[in-house]
Amino acid sequence: MTLTEREFWTVIHGMVLGATFLLAFSGGLAGLWSLRSEWVTGSGVPERLHRLIAGTWIMAVLAWLTVIIGTYVVYPWYRANPPAGADLTQFPRSYLLANPHLAEWHKFGMEWKEHVAWLSPILATAVAYVVLRYGTKLAHDAKIRQALIVLFTIAFVAAGVAGLFGAFINKVAPIH
Amino acid sequence: MAQKENLTNGPAASAVLASGVGSLALGLFTTMAEANAAIKNALNLYNPVGPLSGKTTVAVVIWLVAWAAFHGLWKNEQVNFTKLFTATLIMIALGLLGTFPLFYDLFSG
Repeated sequence: MTLTEREFWTVIHGMVLGATFLLAFSGGLAGLWSLRSEWVTGSGVPERLHRLIAGTWIMAVLAWLTVIIGTYVVYPWYRANPPAGADLTQFPRSYLLANPHLAEWHKFGMEWKEHVAWLSPILATAVAYVVLRYGTKLAHDAKIRQALIVLFTIAFVAAGVAGLFGAFINKVAPIH
Repeated sequence: MAQKENLTNGPAASAVLASGVGSLALGLFTTMAEANAAIKNALNLYNPVGPLSGKTTVAVVIWLVAWAAFHGLWKNEQVNFTKLFTATLIMIALGLLGTFPLFYDLFSG
């Protein structure tokens, strides 16, 4: 039961930070959805709001950590160029591209994942900022609240695409 | 609390619209890097990561600058939120398109 350093950081990136972001989404969405004056009593709004502020900021931080660690710690191992005669299974990008029936995992899957993932922290941070700045006023402003729900959902979908392809690619060409 | 009671929708619109600008910038630089080798090389800020380092750094900087600029303009203003949110969604859609490999491969040099 040991992990190499590379496997450890891949787990932190995908299974700890990324997966926690995705799992927390439903809670955040429910919080935003139900924060409306006609559903919650005056004393109930601040109680829900504290959880929503904490939740959205934690998610924004998780999203940033996920993309930064993914891009600057894990990705260099994925895309490293192998020396001549090297075992390509230690170089995932080259391994995928060298196999015609696997190449699309890089050309489509990884190429999309590495870019689209960065939309998630930008959108999640905008949501977290507005929740903190507007507080209880959000319960009375349907337009802003609905906009946040849409941005939050797009952040989730972007992270979901990245997470899904990350899981598949790490299955086909794991980082050891 | 009194401060929040008087809060206009300008700060929210600024944050929301800037997120669209950042998304659009990411899509735009992703596609531009594919279309032009000189841009791709210029975006290679950190060799182990390659051009992805530049695309994402530039997008984040543009996002933050746009946010600061919009906030400066609208921090005390009541703006047309629906119109700005529609613009945001269009920019996010274009950003998503620009980061989609089947789209940016059309411009591959």
